[in-house]
Amino acid sequence: MRFRRKVGVETAIPTSSLSDIVFLLLIFFMVSTVFVRYRGLPVELPSAKKIERIETKRHITYIWVTAEGRICIDDMIVNMPQVKSVIYRKLSKNPRIVVSLKCDKNVPYGIVSDIMEELKKAGALRINFATKRKK
Amino acid sequence: MVPRSKRIARPAIPTASLPDIAFLLIIFFLVTTTMHMDKGIGLTLPAPGRTTEVPKKNICHIWVNALGEIMCEGEIITISELREQIKRRLADNPRLIISLKADRETKYDVFIDVLDQVKLAGAKRISIASPE
Repeated sequence: MRFRRKVGVETAIPTSSLSDIVFLLLIFFMVSTVFVRYRGLPVELPSAKKIERIETKRHITYIWVTAEGRICIDDMIVNMPQVKSVIYRKLSKNPRIVVSLKCDKNVPYGIVSDIMEELKKAGALRINFATKRKK
Repeated sequence: MVPRSKRIARPAIPTASLPDIAFLLIIFFLVTTTMHMDKGIGLTLPAPGRTTEVPKKNICHIWVNALGEIMCEGEIITISELREQIKRRLADNPRLIISLKADRETKYDVFIDVLDQVKLAGAKRISIASPE
C-alpha cells in the first residue's frame, strides 16, 4: 500500500493586521483619556436619583467641601472670602467652566449656600451638585 | 575576474515588535483612563442683582428646617409625599416656580434629597433662596 504524500498544511495565524487593530485601540484611548489632575479632599457624596452627567470633562472646576467645612478649589485650599476671586480668575481664563460642588453629605447647608452666593458674585452660574446614584 | 553573485539588498524595517510597543502604550492608557463621568444635579444660578417679580400664585414655597422636616405651602410633609405634592401642583399650574429654602444648619444630604424629589417631580423652574 502506498502512502499518500504528506501534505504540508500551513497553520499560521495572520498577524499582519494585529498592529492595525492595536493602534486603533491605542488612538481611542489616547483621545478619550483626560488625566485626573486633582485628588481633592476626602468627601462622602450624597446620593440622588435624578442626576445628569456633565458633558465636558475639560471645563469642570471642582470645589470640595469636607464635613468640617474645609474648602478646596481644584488644587488649592481656600477659605470663604477667597472663593470669589479664585473662581473669577478661573472664569477669566475659561468662560465655559462648570462648577462641580463635591460637598460631604454632613456639611451644614449654610456653607453650601455661602459658596453659591460667592459663585453668583463671581459669575460662575452653571453649577452641578455632585452626587452618587441612588440604588 | 570572477563576478560576484549579485546580491539584492533588501532594506527592511523590523516590524515584528511593533504590536508589542503599541500594546504597552495601550496598557498605559487603559490604566490611566478614568471612564466614570462626573454626575450630579445640574442647576443654573441666576445672575446677581437680577430680581424678577413673580406673582404669588406662581410660587410654591418649600421650607426645610435644621431637623430635616419639610414644609410645603404651610403643611408639614414627609420626603416621600413631596414628589406627589409637587407633581399635583405642577399639573394645576405649569408655570409654578419652586422656591426652596433651607436652614443654615440643615444637613446637605437632606437638601439634596429634597432637590432630587423636586427634580423628579419634573419641576424645571427652581429657585434656591439663601437662608437669612
